[in-house]
Amino acid sequence: MRSSTFVLICTAIAAAVFALARWYGNEYAFFAGYVVLQFIVLATAWNILGGYTGYVNFGSAAFFAVGAYTSIFFHKFYPLPIPVLIVLGGVLSGLIGLGMGYLTLRLRGAFFAIGTLALAVVLQTLVTNWTYVGGARGAYVLRPNEMEFIGPYIQYLFLLMLALTVFALSVARGIERSQLGYGFATIRDDELAAEASGVPTLRLKLIATTISGGLMGMAGAPFPYYLGYVQPSSAFGLEYAVNAIAMPMIGGTTSWVGPLIGAILLATIQQWATVTISSELGVLIVGVLLVGFVVLAPKGIVGLVGGWRRGRSG
Amino acid sequence: MEIPYDLLINALVAGLLLGAFYAAVTVGISISFGILDIVNIAHPGFIILGSYIAYIVNTRLGVDPILVSIVMLPVFYMFGAIVYQVYYHSFEKRGEDPLRGLAFFFGLLFVTEVALVIVFGVDYRYVQAPYIGPSLKFGMVDLPLRMLVPAVVALVLFLALQLFLTRTFMGRAIMGVAQDQLALRLVAASPTRIKRSAFAISMATAAVAGALLIIIQPVEPSVGREYIGRVFAICVLGGLGSIPGTLVGAMMLGVIESFTSTFYGPSWAPAVAFGVLLLVLAFRPAGLFGR
Repeated sequence: MRSSTFVLICTAIAAAVFALARWYGNEYAFFAGYVVLQFIVLATAWNILGGYTGYVNFGSAAFFAVGAYTSIFFHKFYPLPIPVLIVLGGVLSGLIGLGMGYLTLRLRGAFFAIGTLALAVVLQTLVTNWTYVGGARGAYVLRPNEMEFIGPYIQYLFLLMLALTVFALSVARGIERSQLGYGFATIRDDELAAEASGVPTLRLKLIATTISGGLMGMAGAPFPYYLGYVQPSSAFGLEYAVNAIAMPMIGGTTSWVGPLIGAILLATIQQWATVTISSELGVLIVGVLLVGFVVLAPKGIVGLVGGWRRGRSG
Repeated sequence: MEIPYDLLINALVAGLLLGAFYAAVTVGISISFGILDIVNIAHPGFIILGSYIAYIVNTRLGVDPILVSIVMLPVFYMFGAIVYQVYYHSFEKRGEDPLRGLAFFFGLLFVTEVALVIVFGVDYRYVQAPYIGPSLKFGMVDLPLRMLVPAVVALVLFLALQLFLTRTFMGRAIMGVAQDQLALRLVAASPTRIKRSAFAISMATAAVAGALLIIIQPVEPSVGREYIGRVFAICVLGGLGSIPGTLVGAMMLGVIESFTSTFYGPSWAPAVAFGVLLLVLAFRPAGLFGR
């Protein structure tokens, strides 16, 4: 399938999802749906670095929060429309990804992982001590109730996230099928051999970190408008980091389908658990599933289904 | 800015005491990450588990938290051996990429934390002991026993481990695992068994570190996260695999943090460790005492 066809099909599916949600007519469907979409973008973004090149990013929450706080900053400084904020948040977190990668990617993979964890805490401390964006107390964002042509504001946000999801999936699939994707795969499989045969590994890793970080920032940019209130502990929440890892790991890391399946599954479970029992139980399930899958089914759901189909035909 | 002399001395002493405690927290990671090359980021989570065990026994039975932790050593040792066994069979033996091993420990950290939240809630818990409260005074230097006792216990633990690793056959074998597994096989020692013991020992230190932690400060489940940065910063700063380096790194970080919170306010302290970590990674990844 050509990339343009893929984008068209995704857009069609996204339009159908939006029409279905409108037809269903329940505000809650949009609120819950927004969260699911946001996690699809985060998981897909994580997988571009983690799944394709094999470098673990524990700091997804930091990139997400950079997007969110870019919006807060501009909300106070000079209000801009959300699509512009998404681009700005993406650029800024992409640059942070680049800098982060430049500091740690020349070392072994474990250092990059620990470095990303470090980045999250450093940024959280900075934001907590920065009173202009609310400091530890957090910041309110007043949003309009209605959006012209669309209706309720949450539907507008849902639509934006839907567009972002299509964008993220297209980017991921595009990378997978390009020369860039093959370069990433050589790093994942054997970095030393790749380096020796002339693959510019550092440059490729930096590209992956930048794209991945940028997409995470884009996912975070509309977040303040979704909640109406952001504080450092919510924007930097560990559950973003865990979900961003768990979703691709459980879905399967080698293609764009895995994070999509993992995100839909886990985000739905968490929404359900939050409503029926408690949100703690929801994240506990995610943690247990993550540990269970990496131990028992390293290739994720995609791998399980693939193995099952091969088993039947053979 | 004129800095009062006694404030400076007190910040230095507090930093050294804190540093000794950090050494006890880090020594487990020094063994697992530094020597065995197992990136056990769940270690701080297990330390918090140790804190909660000390808390439960202390509040129910009134037993001294340090005593509880010593009794718990074999339990944590066994637990560590089990975790290593799972890790070995799922990742090391299969030669799986380190990515999954990292995700495994990250998952364990998260599950431990959330399970503690579900059982105990997010309230801060603390323990009772005769040495929590009073402090010794030497001239203008203030020595709170709440910090001094953990620092002494930490140094004893540290010394014992250092002697074990350099003087006994098992300890030397553990140090050897990091360097040459084939040579170990030639002297009829199984690298897997040695690594299992080493990992179990690293886990056992979490029991003691946990008890010391809850003596020093009230504990809630997410406190462990603050320590992830600290332990890795210390480990990298001291040089991977170097036990004396860990002590020096811990002392340095303790003093830097103490000065930061004295002169800039405690809300900046968490970033110090990570700032140090990023700087060391950028400029001297081998650390101070690197191999």
